[in-house]
This record gives sequence, structure tokens and C-alpha cells, in this order.
Amino acid sequence: MRSRWSYVYFLFYLTLGFVLLFLNNDVTKAVITLMNVIIVLVPLIGTIFGVMYFYNSKEFTELLLALPIRRSSIFSGQYLGVAGSLTLSLVMGLGIPFILYGLFKSDAIWDFTLLLVVGAFLTLIFTALSFNIALSNENRIKGFGYAVLLWLFFAVIYDGLFLLSLIIFEEYPLDSYSLLATMLNPIDLSRTLILLKLDISALMGYTGAVFKSFFGTKSGLFISISMLTLWTLIPLFLLIRKADKKDF
Amino acid sequence: MIRIAGLYKKFGRNQVLSGTDLSIKNGGIYAVLGPNGSGKTTLIKCILGMVIPTSGEIEVHGKATKKNWKYRQEINYLPQIANFPGNLKVYELIAMLKDLRQKPSQEDQLISVFGLEPYLNSKLSSLSGGTRQKVNILLAFMFDSPLIILDEPTTGLDPAALISLKKLIQKEKEQGKTILITTHIMQVVEEMADTIVYLLEGKIYFKGTVGELKALTKENNFDQAIAAIATKLENV
Repeated sequence: MRSRWSYVYFLFYLTLGFVLLFLNNDVTKAVITLMNVIIVLVPLIGTIFGVMYFYNSKEFTELLLALPIRRSSIFSGQYLGVAGSLTLSLVMGLGIPFILYGLFKSDAIWDFTLLLVVGAFLTLIFTALSFNIALSNENRIKGFGYAVLLWLFFAVIYDGLFLLSLIIFEEYPLDSYSLLATMLNPIDLSRTLILLKLDISALMGYTGAVFKSFFGTKSGLFISISMLTLWTLIPLFLLIRKADKKDF
Repeated sequence: MIRIAGLYKKFGRNQVLSGTDLSIKNGGIYAVLGPNGSGKTTLIKCILGMVIPTSGEIEVHGKATKKNWKYRQEINYLPQIANFPGNLKVYELIAMLKDLRQKPSQEDQLISVFGLEPYLNSKLSSLSGGTRQKVNILLAFMFDSPLIILDEPTTGLDPAALISLKKLIQKEKEQGKTILITTHIMQVVEEMADTIVYLLEGKIYFKGTVGELKALTKENNFDQAIAAIATKLENV
């Protein structure tokens, strides 16, 4: 991908990493602040970049379609190009300042690694979702609108609905329901995963304890990561299938 | 060789191809004609697999095109609208296509024929419409493939380039290649086409030589013969 923007994105994370470390003077605290940024920003950037790239490379796609190349290779190649470069910007941009600061000597290394893994997953998921949107909408403005709406839904609206449902059904036992609802939103899932890893679950009361007993364990972590993988693979599969049937 | 049988294509409610049957033998120039919106481009895109037909069969060199992509190695295609990734330079685009095709190419000769040397280092987005079309032609003729599909190759070309294009097509024909061409410039068709395929409302109305067409419509002028074909055939 010949894009200036991925460098800008890389520099942004690089600066962010340095500034946070400078201000917090502590790796663990910086990780918490970073989490808040990553959870919201990474999906947004993934969505916007995905849609933008897809529409911008429309001509290129048409050129490739007339060549002896399998359709699925064209689209998965474009997807990997965008998602890969975004992930690389994220991992390198944040990795460099933290390593320079002495990450390997601190205890926060696993928390930090988890943060990067989750960030990478969120990039992959939201780029795949945005490619789906762009592929189904010829109209760029509409495509952009839907993409932003998708991000807004998962980052903000979903939580609102979730809380509302908790209030309405507060008389019922909601442990497994809230666990499931968390699993169904990649952003929530990532947030919970990191928060619990950081051991601030004591702040969250009884539900926190339930969550802790689930996410805190090895199998919980395993299930969460598989869930994130599913969230990546399903949109990707849909993308390839849709691309195979589309007229250009 | 291309064989098309019972091809239907619908875009939403718009029925573009309705039961098109066509067979094209190896060698020679085939002109696909028809009014705007008669389905010429859709037919071509179906052959290329860019548009997926609603129903019907297409075979290229005896192999079904459905869920197949290797047959496109044998096809060179010139798209109607020359849309290129704007941030690439001309030589980069040529190099990229060579890399993708992995076939011997003859771009140097074509660059000099169309006088594209000064533009090799310019970005594609900064080229004029005519120059872009020349690049388009260059890309379509660069590789040695038995089937060449040209969708409106003449748009935006200056007279000198048009003559070069005609020579180029003749040369390819002499090498025994099959050339499928759509155009609205009848002079080109009359001069070059071996067979005319007339498409109207998604059906093949006429297939034959220029002479046969003139005889059928009883017109001596080729332009008028083409214009008359739709009405005449309805009366038959």
C-alpha cells in the first residue's frame, strides 16, 4: 500500500507512546491510558481506512479483475495490505517507545503484549467489516456513513443498550447474559479482557468478580481470543463470498 | 474460440442480456455493434468474468468461464473507460502488469508507436484523456495473447494514433489472433471487420459480413445499413 497515511498513523502512535510514558512515568499506568485510546481509536481508524482504501482503489481493482488472478486473491490481498500496514503501524508505533523506556524490565510486559494483540485484532476485525460495507455500497457517501455508524454502534450505542437492558431486567440474574453480551461486541470484549488482566476488577463489584472468574482464567482468555478470531474470520469469509458474486 | 449459449443478465430490474447466443471462431476481427445500452459492454464483461451472468453458459477455448480464472491468461482486454490508479506512474503500471502476467511483452515498440516516451515518468492522474487511452491501448497490446477484446478503443484518439491503432489491429489479425471490438465509428468497422455482430436489447439481431449486411438491408452506404438494420429486421 502506497499510503502516506499509514506513516502518519505510525508517527501518531509513536508520539502518543512517548508522551504517555513521559506524563505517567510508569509503564502500568501508561498501559491503562493507552487502553482507553486504543479501544476507541483503533476500530475507528480501521473502519475509516478500510472504506477509504477500498473506494480509492476501485479502478485498480477493476484493472486486476480482467487479469488472470483469482477474485478471492485480489480482495484478500487488498485486505491484508490495509489491515497489515495498520497493525504494523500500531505495534511498531507503540512498541518502540515502550521498549526504549524499559518494557522488558517491567512486570507490565504481558499486559502490554495483550494490549497490542487486542489492538491488532480490533484492526483486523474493523477493516474486514468496513470492506464488507464498501463492497455492498456503490455510493461512497453512503458507504462512509454506514461505516461510521458501525463504529458508533459498537463503541457507544451498544454499551448504552447493554446498560439499559441491565437496568430493565435488574431483578433477574444477569451474569451469563452480560457475559454473552460482552462477547458479542469486539470492543467490549477487548476492554474487559484488558481491564481484568490489569487487576482493577475489584472496582467492579459482584459482576466484576463473575467476569474475573471467567476472563481471568486461562480458558476464559482462550475463549475470548477465539471469539476475536471468529470476529475476524466471519467478516472476511463474507467479504470473499460477496466479492465472488459481485458485478464490476 | 468463444461459445456463448443462452446468456441472461439482469441488473436489478433492468434486463440487459436476454438469451444471447454467439459463437466466435479463432482468427479474424469481430465487430460487436449496437445502440447505446444494448448490452455490448455487459457481454464483454461476462466473457471476462467481471460480470456474473444470471444464467447461461460461456466457454473460452473450450473451457467454461464460470468459477475459473486461468482462461484470462489468453485474453487481453481494453476497458471502455480508462480508469487507472492515479498515484502510479506510467512505467510503474507497465512494470506491475508485466509482473502480474509473467509473460513476454513488447512494450518498448508500442511506446514509440504512440509517442509515450515523455509521459513514462508522469502520474496517471495527470495525463490527458487521449494519452490515457494510449496507455490503455499499450497495456492491451503489450502481451501476446490469442484473444484480444477491445471495448471502444477509438475514444479520444487523435487521427495519427487512430491510424497506428488500425495498423496494430491488422498486424495482430495477420498473426492469426481473434479480435473482438466494439466501436461507434462505422468507418473503422467497414474497413476492418470480418464479421459484424449486431446486438439489440440483449439479443443478437444479425451476424455476418459487411457485404451480407448491405445485401440484407439493400443499402449501399454502410452507415445507413447499420442504422436501418433494426427497423428492417423487425419487418422481416
